[in-house]
This record gives sequence, C-alpha cells and structure tokens, in this order.
Amino acid sequence: MMKAAKNYWIFVNRCARLAFVGDWRYYAWMGFLTIFVLLGINAYAKQFVSGLITTGMSDQVSWGVYIANFTFIVGVAAAAAMLVIPVYVYANEELHDLVIFGELLAVSAIVMCLSFVTVDLGRPDRFWHLIPGIGQFNFPHSMLSWDVIVLNGYLLLNVHICGYLLYCRYQGRKPARWFYIPFVFIAIGWAISIHTVTAFLYVGLGGRPFWNSSIVGPRFIASAFTAGPSLIILALQVIRNVTAYRITDKALLTLRSIVQVSMLINVFLLVNEIFKEFYSGTMHVASSKYLFFGLHGHHALVPWIWTAIACNMIAMFLLILPISRSLKYLNVACVLAFVGIWIEKGMGLVVPGFIPTPLGEIVEYSPTLNEALICIGIWCFGFLCYTTLLRMAIPILQGQISKANETA
Amino acid sequence: MSDSSPNPNPDSAQKPPEHGQSRRDFLRTSAVVATGVAALAAALAPLRDLKDFTTVEKFLQKYYKEMTPQDMEKVLDRIRREVEAQYGVRPTVQDLKPMNGVEFVYCLNLTRCIGCRKCVHACVAENNQSRDPEIQYIRVLRMPHGSLDLEKGEHNYDSEQVPEKNYFYMPIQCQQCRNPACVKVCPTKATWQDKDGITVIDYDWCIGCRYCEAACPYFARRFNWTRPTIPKDRLNPNMAYLGNRPRRQGVMEKCHFCIQRTRAGRYPACVEVCPAGARKFGNVLDPESEVSYILRNKRVFIQLKEEVGTSPRFYYYFDV
Repeated sequence: MMKAAKNYWIFVNRCARLAFVGDWRYYAWMGFLTIFVLLGINAYAKQFVSGLITTGMSDQVSWGVYIANFTFIVGVAAAAAMLVIPVYVYANEELHDLVIFGELLAVSAIVMCLSFVTVDLGRPDRFWHLIPGIGQFNFPHSMLSWDVIVLNGYLLLNVHICGYLLYCRYQGRKPARWFYIPFVFIAIGWAISIHTVTAFLYVGLGGRPFWNSSIVGPRFIASAFTAGPSLIILALQVIRNVTAYRITDKALLTLRSIVQVSMLINVFLLVNEIFKEFYSGTMHVASSKYLFFGLHGHHALVPWIWTAIACNMIAMFLLILPISRSLKYLNVACVLAFVGIWIEKGMGLVVPGFIPTPLGEIVEYSPTLNEALICIGIWCFGFLCYTTLLRMAIPILQGQISKANETA
Repeated sequence: MSDSSPNPNPDSAQKPPEHGQSRRDFLRTSAVVATGVAALAAALAPLRDLKDFTTVEKFLQKYYKEMTPQDMEKVLDRIRREVEAQYGVRPTVQDLKPMNGVEFVYCLNLTRCIGCRKCVHACVAENNQSRDPEIQYIRVLRMPHGSLDLEKGEHNYDSEQVPEKNYFYMPIQCQQCRNPACVKVCPTKATWQDKDGITVIDYDWCIGCRYCEAACPYFARRFNWTRPTIPKDRLNPNMAYLGNRPRRQGVMEKCHFCIQRTRAGRYPACVEVCPAGARKFGNVLDPESEVSYILRNKRVFIQLKEEVGTSPRFYYYFDV
C-alpha cells in the first residue's frame, strides 16, 4: 500500500515537473496565457470588492457573458463524447490514440464552466450552501442542483479515465478493462446529460417564452457536437505540429464527417425555430425579433447574430463541399463554426431571453471591460489547463516518461 | 526542494546533475518564483479595499429553518449590533412567524388606481431599500386604454399630473404565487413559501445566482448589485429577519407583503398610503375580510399571466 502510494507520488511529481519545462514556444505561450489569467484575477478581485455592479448586468438582464460562456463551454466539454463514441462503439482505429485528447479537453472545459459559474455568484463565500450534506441542496426541484451534480460528475469521470489510462501507460502495464470501460460508457451518456441539463436550466422557465421551447435541448446538443469537434480538429493539428505525436489526416477527416452532419442538423433546427417564431407571429416573437431585427429601436445584438449566421452558413457550405477535405479549408470551416456557435449559443441565447422583460420593458446589455477581462482570464486559464495536461500526457503516451526511466 | 539550496561545500559539485542544481539555476528559479508571487499579489491588490465582507460567525451561520430559538436570538442580536454600528439607531429586529389560520391575499382595483406612485415610495421607505443604487419593489405601468398587453405599458412615464385621459395604471409587485417559479429554481432553498402565503428570502443564505430573477414571470425580484446605501435618518428601525432588515451586497430581495407589519396585525405600507383606496389586503381564510368580499362579489378579477401557471395571490379587479 505504502509502496503504491509512493509510486503514484513519484508519477505525480514527475508530471508536475514536466509542466514547467518546454521549448521557447512553450514558455512564450504559457507566459502569454499567464498574463491574461493574472489580468482576469485582478478584474475579479475588483468585482469581488464592489459587487456585480462592475458588470453590465441589471435587474432586467440579470445574466450576461458569464452565463453565456458557461453555456457554450458545457457544450465543448460534452463534445468529447464525439471522439469516444467512434472509438469505443464503432472501434475506429484512427481515432483510438486521440480519445484522451478529447477527454483532457473535457476536463479543462469543465474547469472553465465551474469558474464561469463562480464569478457569476453574488456571494461566492457562501458556495458551501450548495454542497449536498452540509448545505441545503434543492434537489431534484432546481435544475441548477442537477447541473452541480452532472458537471462535477462529468469532471470526476473524465479525470478518472484519463488519470488511470495515463498511469497505466506510465507503468507500462495493460489497464484493467473493468476499471475504465464501464466509466467510458457512463461518460458517453453523461456527456449528453450535462448539456441537456444545461438546456433545461433555460427550458424550464415558463415565464421566458424565448427559452421555454423544447427545441433548445436538441439545438444545444447539435451545436455542441459541431463546435466541440471543430475545436478538437484545430487542437490536434497544433499538437501534430509541435510534437512528434502521430495524428493522421484520416483521423481529422473522420472528425470532419461528424462536424459536417452536426452542422447540418444544427442549421436545420435553427430554421425550425425561426419558422415557428416568425410565422405564427404570437406575442412571444418579441425576443426573436429583438435578436434578429431589433425591437422598438433597440438592436444591440443584430450585427452579432447575423455575423453568427454568416459564419455558420459559410462553415456549413465548406463542410458539405469536397473542398473541405483539404485541411486548409477544413480549418477555415472549423474556426467559423466555432465562432458562429459561440455567438449564437452564448449571447444570442442568454440575452434575448431577458429582452423584453416579463413586464415588456426593453433594457439592453453589453459587457463592461472588467467583465470582459474576467471572461478572457477564464478562457486563458482553460487553455493553460489544457496545455498543461497535454504537456504531461504526450510524453507519457510516447513512452518518453515511464516507470522504466525513473531515477530513484 | 531541499536540493536546490546552494551548498558551499565544493563536494556537491561532484553529484550527478539530477541531484544538485547550480547556483545559476537556483537564482533563475528563485527569480521566476518571486516574479510570479509578486504578479499574483499585484493582481489581488484590489482585495485590500474589502470591508466587513464576512466574519467567521456570519460565514458559519445556519440555514433559517435549522436554527434553534437560541441560534436565532444570537443572530438577531448580531443584526441589532451591526445596524446600530452602521446607522446609529438601535432597531427592533424580530423573527415573526406566520399566524395560524391566515392566508394573505392582495386585491388591486384597476378602476381606482391613479398612477401616483405613492405606493412605490412608501414601500422604499418602509422596507429599507437601497437608495443608491435605487431599488424599488413596485413597478407602475401606464397602460393605453383597453389593452392588458404589458409590452404596450410605459414604465418611465413622467407626467405633470395623473391620472391622464385614455390611460389606466397597473402597479406590479411580487404576486406571492401559490406555485412560485422562484422557489422551485433556487438551488439552496434560500427562498420559500411560508404557510401564510408569503414567499420569503433568507438574505443570509442566498448565494446570489439570480436564477430566481430569471424565473420570475413578474419582474418582482431585485438584486443587490453592490453595497446598498440608506441615509441614516431614513432607516426604518422596525425590522423583521425575513422582512425589511438591511440587506447586503450580492443577495436577492423583493416584496414580502411587509412581513414586519402584516405578521403583527397591520396593513402593508402600500395599502396604507394609497390615496385612491385602490389597494386591499387581508386574510382570505376569513370570510368576513374585505378581500374575501371582493373575490366573492366582483364580477371580474384577473390573475396576471394566468397561463404560466403560477397562480398569484395578487388579484386585479374592476369596479363593475
């Protein structure tokens, strides 16, 4: 027992040391991220002292970019399932050695999600009121309590799977199937659940017709499975360029088919929603009108949503055409899809839900600089986490760091 | 990390590189660590302005429903001390419980309301709302003749004289729903419906996630986006724990039918102040009460947004 603990300690220690060494590009990248993380911490310290008045939010628009980014990134985390399913369900060979990069991305994304929720709290010092057992956990009534469970559960599942597989690889032994395969399959279902529950946060609010629509859940899943794998396609190419890790074009093209189909479904569902809202023309169309065309002279979101739609449309056509078998065009499509969905599902979903208010008032929202700095800080923190995890995982996967070359 | 201390013993140079570090390495590592710590300290510098954010006592305070009477007495005493220190007034702070056989209901006569907003200001004065930034529990909408479409309402009307021709006025505040959406969504049970029908908030338990504010179909909830300020001479010293005691930064508040008054047998401030007699309040379980009479005898009354299924205890009616 003691020996096992000591072995594990050596492993953790060696991983931790890896995070601090790299070539100049590594230091430059990590230094760049660290600067923005520190700026974010500084901005959060200001918010912590003065309250959320430092943001652009109001009683009328009471959620803003924090919750918008949270919603989007839950989708990115869920998208890890799109690497897991081909490998574990359809035995795809090309993606087999890449699954772990998706799972590590999920870990980093969940850390970002939890950060975004925390910075949105008015009383972060009271977070313990949410902890089951010692606080008052309003389960199963509050969808937010479901979210606490599914997000933390998903984090634990992925940490377990990645940690166990990496440690086995490090020790040079074959992982025991019973100790990770069941968790892999649970994590597939769980991935769908995190994004469904996040959709239900909105869908369950009867007083907000813009969100109270059953299509929000399916749209969340479709857009997540577009944006998430798009990011993975881009990340894998970076990994391939800066390390000697073997990533085939065929693997990237498998992911392309996933993004292609998801994007088509995503756009199809969008068309459904737009039709329902505008053709029936009930009073409930006001939020959509605000989003797409502006309402009574207020149109802060109009340029954003049309940018998003343009991004999604161009990405969709690139993805359908054979041209995107070339990585150059595939990358353009991935970037456009990622940006388009970030706008559409972030600000494009959260803010119009509040405009007009349930009493018909129109108060617009735009984030403050301080709020933006916190968001950028959390994004950089997420990239910092992901880079660190990759920095540790890749040498282990390549066998450069293993039990065999430990110096006692 | 014991290896990294510079060792004056020249023998150490003989050690294999994994075990020892040169003086230059050590200096470089120290410089990096020092820069990192300094940068973090600089980033966290705004925290120096943090004033009485929390104390161990407040941090560990129990949930309202789990407090013993002794616990509550301690908390009330703490609140008295805090209010006295901040406002120079010794308040009476009570934990008033709902009365048996009482269910409060509010009736508002739309024919009579003249849109003077006296209720809005009486509410602010009674309930110790922040004056800067301004928090108000009641919104009065100026509605065009003939329509109940709230989107047609004017929130910020600034008329010389009220009432005006071709308009009617519609005050909206917490509707004290029988199926409150806000209570359902709260992740920490910091808001709940008491048996007299009032939905209350434990301001010391709310985590400030604002999910209730998103859920409320009546725009009834208000958030303390920063430290609330009340001029010392405006403080109402008659306070209740679940009612009008001063709130803190980062928590939710809303109309609670003036618990500090109504649970002690008085009318809410908005009812008392209304010059038009448009506001009626009372116990619906008492068949002799005014509200029971209204609900029995008026031909039409409206629950706002009946279609969302919240079933308000706040009724709008007309003189017909």
